Order: sequence, then structure tokens, then C-alpha cells
Amino acid sequence: MFRTVAELVEIAEKEDILISEVMIRQEMDVKNKSRDEVFAEMEKNLQVMEKAIEDSLKGVHSVTGLTGGDAVKIQQYMKEKKPLSGHLMLDAVSKAMGTNEVNAAMGVICATPTAGSAGCVPGTLFAVKEQLNPTREQMIRYLFTSGAFGLVVANNAFISGAAGGCQAEVGSAGAMAAAAIVEMAGGSPQQCSEAFAITLKNMLGLVCDPVAGLVEVPCVKRNAAGSSLAIVSADLALAGVTSRIPCDEVIGAMYRIGRQMPSSLRETGEGGLADTPTGRLLKEKIFGK
Amino acid sequence: MKYNSVFDIIGPVMVGPSSSHTAGAARIGLAARNLFGREPKWAKIHLYGSFAKTYQGHGTDFALAGGLLGFETDDTRMSKALKLAKEKDLKIDFIEDSAKTDHPNTVRLVIGDDSDQLEIVGISIGGGKVEITELNGFELRLSGNHPAILIMHNDRFGAIASVTKILAKHEINIGHMEVNRKDVGKEALMVIEVDQNIEDDILLELEKADHIIQIAKIVS
Repeated sequence: MFRTVAELVEIAEKEDILISEVMIRQEMDVKNKSRDEVFAEMEKNLQVMEKAIEDSLKGVHSVTGLTGGDAVKIQQYMKEKKPLSGHLMLDAVSKAMGTNEVNAAMGVICATPTAGSAGCVPGTLFAVKEQLNPTREQMIRYLFTSGAFGLVVANNAFISGAAGGCQAEVGSAGAMAAAAIVEMAGGSPQQCSEAFAITLKNMLGLVCDPVAGLVEVPCVKRNAAGSSLAIVSADLALAGVTSRIPCDEVIGAMYRIGRQMPSSLRETGEGGLADTPTGRLLKEKIFGK
Repeated sequence: MKYNSVFDIIGPVMVGPSSSHTAGAARIGLAARNLFGREPKWAKIHLYGSFAKTYQGHGTDFALAGGLLGFETDDTRMSKALKLAKEKDLKIDFIEDSAKTDHPNTVRLVIGDDSDQLEIVGISIGGGKVEITELNGFELRLSGNHPAILIMHNDRFGAIASVTKILAKHEINIGHMEVNRKDVGKEALMVIEVDQNIEDDILLELEKADHIIQIAKIVS
């Protein structure tokens, strides 16, 4: 079993296989399941993601009214205008935010790695797919690649905002997506790890400060940050840019930063944006005193 | 390792909004229900740390109720679970507890009916993954990575052997095992993680073994 990104990349290089293949083989081994069974299970997750994006494009709104409808707004803008950040980029952002709008509206989503960060991986997948034209199998592999990197983070650091802040959630999710994009675009396992490291480095220190303790503000738009950064980082890695700090050391830094974060900035709704005049007012409006 | 499956990371499929505070909470509620063996009539739920601060916003309250009602994480009735619990006369009290805990997402559930009660402590460690850390005052570490059987027994010689003999006979491999007791000769708890799900007839056989008080199983 791989414990670090270095080990993961080493296995892939030594056996001359994709990161996704390392993950698939390990999953078959750990769960004592066939390749078909493991693929079928992931296919189900993919379908949930697809459905959530579809639902979001019809327009969803949370019970509180704080979030919803932005994915539709962005898609409309893309039709009418020429987006400055480019079509693919904004498509990913709208699908990532859309997934989290569905989540905030208590719809059904697939956690990747968490619910609050569930937009980054599918959002980028369903946008990049338009340009790379992957097979269904490659789309499923995208999720295995994401999962392989996520496993390393979960076992060496954390993936929940309560434990490590938003860097652990959207930071991990965006970085997982970046690695998966690189593999789908034909990059090497090492380039996957560079893309992961570059993304996570730029998310270090991000706090979890949900207004009124809801997974809405700022969570939905943080997925815009995670998904767009994932695409930029993937491009950097594919261009041959490398991270000066190795991937596993970036994960280690994320862990130590999370341990130093006060609990007010780890999903308690007590600090940061939650503790702004507007944040406090919204909380009072929604829950009373 | 805490996480050993890709589906711990890509998954679970769940009703929003939070994997740790909603899906994880539902799983802890469901574990409590499974260990109790039936639907409880009442529940007193102590919330600590981040759970205590954000349980309403994150839906931790309805998720715990949903778990107690037997809902899986993707059950679309989840967000209505508090109302459904009320309709089924399951009385739930939430207590925001300010005591410090090791993990920020900790919950203690005391559930019961007219004849019995059960107390468990669960932690939600992220991405929907949970661990049970205490059962009826016994400390334990149940990862949920594998199916498990929990056996309340009397602390007597031969109690462990009588259980492992039955498992060996049915060719069931033990991956992890721990035994904990309140005091010499008193009640004790055996936690056994196994590689495959245990059939009910084997559970019945175990229940009849010497010194065994009660058995519950957890399906992974």
C-alpha cells in the first residue's frame, strides 16, 4: 500500500502504469473485489455527480436562500458574452459551484473528499471532458486518480474543516482535481504530483469560517477557487513547471498549519467571515439569537 | 491507516450539506441503532466541539435522528428526519456540551426504550468516515473499515476461547481484536473485526456460548 505521494508515483513509474491503475489495483486487493466490481461502484458515484450538475443547471436554492442560482447565472453569461477567464475555466467553476449549490440545498451529492468541497472534482471533470473527449473509462479513472491523492492526504493530514480548516477540504479537493486533470490530459505520474503540490501550496492557511455554521457562505464560492486553481495548476505541471517543495512536504505543511489553527477558524462558525457584522446578522436572521 | 479505500475519499453518496457533520453523524446514529438492535424510544444526544457549535447549520441534528431511524447517508428522507422521529414517538434531546474532547467532532448518544439503554461515543473524522470510541463505558476503537462483532461477556476464563473456537469452526478470520473489562470478574467487552460479514446463525451460536451476555454486529 502506498503511504505517500512519492510512493504512489514510484509504483506507477516502476510498473509503468497510471496513478489511477495503482489505485484500482490497491482497491481490488484491499476489498477483495474484481476490477468490474470496483469500476461499477465508481460508475455509480460518477452518475451521482452528473445528476447533481444537471440539477444545478435547472437552478436550485437552499432553504435559507443564502445560496443557489449562481451556476445558472454563470452559464447564461457564458452564452451571451465572451468570458475573460475562458470558456473551459468558467464552465468548471459553474459546475463546481452548481454541485455545491445542490449540496447546500440538501440534495444528493458524492463527497469528494467532503461534501463542502464536493464541487471541485466533478466540476473540473465535466468541463475538461468537453476538450479532452475522454472515454467513460477515462472519466471513471479521473475519480480513482483523485481518490489516490486524497487517500494520502487523509492518512497523513486531514480532510475535514473541523480538523484542519478549509485548506484540508477545498485545498485537498482542488489538488486532487489538478492531479486527475494531468493524468487525463496525458501527463506523467510525476506531473500529477506537481499539479497537486502547486494547488495545495496556494491553498495553505485557508480557514473554515462558515457563516451561521451553514455549508453555504463561503463554501460554494470556495469551490470556484478550488476548481479554477486546479486547472491552472494542471496547465503549469503539463508545461513542465515543478514545485520546489515536494508534494509530501506540502501535505506535511498543511497538516502543521491545521494543527496551529485556533478552533474558531475550524468549522465552528465563530471566526473569520462568520464573525463579520453581516455574518453575525445572517446567523441571527436564520436561527434567531 | 485510518482510510484504506478509495471510496472513503470519493464518496459517500449522501444528502448534503456536510460529510462530517451530516453523513458522518448519520452513520454514528445508525451504528447506535444497530448496536441497540432496534429502534429506540428516546435519545439524549450530547454534542461537543464543532458539532456543538454548528449542528443546526450543518444538519447534524436531523442526520443523527435519521441514523437512529435507520437511514443510510443517501436517504432523501434525511432532512425530514426530526419530523419523522417525532411522528414515530422517538423523543430526542440535543445537549450542547462545552466539555473538551480529543476530537472536534464528537457526539455521545444515550439511547433506549422501556427495557434497556445504550451509550456510545462516536467521532466523525472527515469525509463521512466515523469511529466509535466508547460503548457503555468501555473504550474501544472501531474503525468501520471491516465488519465487526461486539460481544458483551462476563470476565471469566474460557470466554474468549469459546468465541474464537466458534469463529474458527466457521473459518472466519479475525483481523483485529481487543478485550476490555470494567473490573476483574465483571462485565467485559470483546471487539472483533473480521474479514467477512457474519451470518445471523453464527451470531446465534455465539450468543449461546459460555459467559456471553449480548452480541451486536456492525456491517462494513
